[in-house]
Amino acid sequence: MKAEHYPTVMIGYHKRQKHYIKVTVILLIIVIIFAALMMICGNTVYSPKTIWRVLSGEEIKGAVFAIKTLRLPRMLAAILCGIAFGMAGNTFQVLLGNSLASPDIIGVTSGASVAAVFGILVLGLSGSAISLMAVVSGLTVTGLIFLLSHGNGFSNARLILTGIGVQAFLNSLISWMLLKASEYDVPSALRWLSGSLNGVTMNKIPGLGQAVLLAGFGILLLNRHLCVLQLGDAHAVILGINLKITRLLLILLALIQIAFATAVTGPISSVAFLSGPIAARLSGQGKSNMLTAALVGAVLVPASDLVGQLVLPAQYPVGVVTGVLGAPYLLFLLLRMNKS
Amino acid sequence: MERHTLLAEELSAGYDGKTIISDIKMSIPEHKISVILGANGCGKSTLLKTFSRLVKPSGGQVVLDGKAISSIPSKQVAQIMGLLPQSPVVPEGIRVTDLVARGRFPYRQLLKSMAKADFDAVEEALSIMRITDLADCSVDELSGGQRQRVWIALALAQQTDILLLDEPTTFLDISYQIEILDLLKELNRKRNTTIVMVLHDINLSARYADHLYAIKDGKLLAEGTPREMIRPEMMQQVYGLDCMIIDDPISQTPLVVPGMKQVS
Repeated sequence: MKAEHYPTVMIGYHKRQKHYIKVTVILLIIVIIFAALMMICGNTVYSPKTIWRVLSGEEIKGAVFAIKTLRLPRMLAAILCGIAFGMAGNTFQVLLGNSLASPDIIGVTSGASVAAVFGILVLGLSGSAISLMAVVSGLTVTGLIFLLSHGNGFSNARLILTGIGVQAFLNSLISWMLLKASEYDVPSALRWLSGSLNGVTMNKIPGLGQAVLLAGFGILLLNRHLCVLQLGDAHAVILGINLKITRLLLILLALIQIAFATAVTGPISSVAFLSGPIAARLSGQGKSNMLTAALVGAVLVPASDLVGQLVLPAQYPVGVVTGVLGAPYLLFLLLRMNKS
Repeated sequence: MERHTLLAEELSAGYDGKTIISDIKMSIPEHKISVILGANGCGKSTLLKTFSRLVKPSGGQVVLDGKAISSIPSKQVAQIMGLLPQSPVVPEGIRVTDLVARGRFPYRQLLKSMAKADFDAVEEALSIMRITDLADCSVDELSGGQRQRVWIALALAQQTDILLLDEPTTFLDISYQIEILDLLKELNRKRNTTIVMVLHDINLSARYADHLYAIKDGKLLAEGTPREMIRPEMMQQVYGLDCMIIDDPISQTPLVVPGMKQVS
């Protein structure tokens, strides 16, 4: 669009739009670079050419297993879960108007995890049944948190504190189930404490991809509604939004993303919590920054996994690395909240 | 300028089963400035919220252009009636134009970016509120008076013929109060916007309003022009205030001078 098509006061507005698009494109390129690195690096380094040949169906001895069975699902899960946690976290944060209102802090993620752990360890279920349980349980817990924090009218601060309490309770439940589980299950159960990409198989990817991308598309469609909801309930109503339905729909879509991602990798710590604020820093505050938040998540998870696998002296699950990133930021936010 | 009628028919409303306003009948005068007066907790804000659909009536209804407001699609209502609520939330770090542009929500289609009409509406809203210079400032950094003008600009970008304002001058210094009310008056005279607001200050209400409503204990006590309404008996009834009424030497409107208790 040329400058003369809009009033001069809107120049800044357009500059900010352009900046947003620029940041989004750069992030997209970084995501692609990390995705490529996840395919290339590992115990054996494969050239992009080898990877391309394997992916297009050629049988190369030794490489096929590592690339198709180990690295491809790991890379896809990393990106999809990054998108899921990034978007869902940002949706909650924008909707509730507080960086602390991330689903992994206010107990929503734990609500999904607890059902997944129960399904896997106690009921011996797998696949989509787990995801479904995680969605239902996540919804129930979210409903419970909202209900408990309602009191005399709604307050975000109360919601966050209630959520942190619920989170502590659910995490202790998860720990208890892990302790009671058979020793054989413990390594695989470890992922429920901080999240890990180990042992992700290709058969889980299509379901995860569909859920994350469809729900993500839904959230993007509601992005403008979200921006209006950000101004408070009164403005939402006065600008013609059906408050209850829109809010419920956004929470439901975010939960679907969290539940499906959690069912595959466990709750990868802090990605939901960090993506939104990082996106806002990069592409400008005061907007919802939904697309950038999704891409920041999709950078954080693969990057942290590479660090956990290759840079650190021992191999750590991805959630440990992201957790280390999240903790100082949480402290920073809590300190700042106390000040104001 | 289209013509719009706004009525309250036997309107009752409240929260948590408690009735706050009851049986209110009102017909908002078109193209005029109306002010709702009343003591704290009398229900004047609730009344405004019921008009703007923030509170559901427990009895009666709000009628816009001859139809029950609840039966009109909410985006359509949003193109006719705007509201400045009492404590809107400023998203951290948002810029003035980006915030004002959100007032265009009722006109925008899914997935389409802002059209020329949207840009023009934002530009006009900024210029009416005299905040064109602040277009790219962060709203967090503005003074209370400037911030209030930004919020009113958002309501103006909504391009509604009826504008409701819930205590638009509270927490503002007196000079900013006058500035906001002058801008609203200008808006009413130039664009014929019907304005309904809740104000605390009786003297400013008398100066700016064409029509006054007095609410007491959730009921409409009386209505009329400032001259008819601002009388010692009425002030006694509405606020329990002993006072004398003189003429405002500048605007020639009634001016309340409160009585004084003898302190020995």
